[in-house]
Amino acid sequence: MATAVFGRKKHMTQAFEDDGTLVGVTVIEVEPNFITAVKTEDDDGYNAVQVGFGIVPTRKVNRPHAGQFEKHETPPRRHLREVRDATGEIGQTIGVDAFEVGDKVHVSATSKGKGFQGTVKRHGFGRGPVSHGSHNIRQPGSVGASADPSRIFPGQKMPGQTGNRTATIKNLRVVNVDPERNEIWVRGGIPGGKNAVVRIRKAGD
Amino acid sequence: MITSENLQRNQTDFKPGDTVRVHYRVIEGNRERTQVFEGLCLARRGSGISETFLVRKNSFGVAVERIFPLHSPKIAKIEVVTRGDVRRAKLYYIREKVGKKARVKRAR
Repeated sequence: MATAVFGRKKHMTQAFEDDGTLVGVTVIEVEPNFITAVKTEDDDGYNAVQVGFGIVPTRKVNRPHAGQFEKHETPPRRHLREVRDATGEIGQTIGVDAFEVGDKVHVSATSKGKGFQGTVKRHGFGRGPVSHGSHNIRQPGSVGASADPSRIFPGQKMPGQTGNRTATIKNLRVVNVDPERNEIWVRGGIPGGKNAVVRIRKAGD
Repeated sequence: MITSENLQRNQTDFKPGDTVRVHYRVIEGNRERTQVFEGLCLARRGSGISETFLVRKNSFGVAVERIFPLHSPKIAKIEVVTRGDVRRAKLYYIREKVGKKARVKRAR
């Protein structure tokens, strides 16, 4: 049993729990993940399972990958990802049935890119006064002391690329599992935009 | 679990301007009873499973407004007491009106 599956973020909506409370949920489409390769300690130096998902026409994949899929007699997949320390055999599929309603899951995805941002947006710094001739509206302020230590300490919060990095939201509750539509509904928001590739893993695994 | 696909069927048809009686299930400890909230529907907003409606009533001289999720399983029943004849979708102006002006024309 692999410990993680991959899917796509669809959209957010609301759902009523059994006790009548209304919760915000994110719908994740998880089409069955096809195990394309198994990596072992002896051969590869680590244990992992490689899964493919997102069926595409053969012309859209490069020849080495197309050959791999042809060998397994299955349509090519757009995405290939590895799950470390998972077990399984080539040809197996892992899908929504790996999760049950009520499970706690960690969801990882690439967050929406915000570009190069200042300290106000990036780190939540306060801003300076806007009026009375102030030119210190969104400046970062002081970044350190003077002659001693004559340098800026590593890790000083400064402007820079914001978003577009892997972000994980932990301990989201699975609200609904729909095997017919290959959907998993989790409580709350998750990183990334629509159709972003997300990784769902059971909490504690 | 109620999702956008299995919304409650045979919903009562009501509009802003109607006076409605909402039967709302309340759970107290392990006892369940039904509370009735009767008042003027001021607005409906949202769509699908997220749709809500706003009911305003006068409770012992104090105006009380309450927003209900339309598809909540806690709503046992919605009854229409009277139909109103109004020209707008949101009747927020009623809040500013007092006495005879804070009424809605009845539909014929």
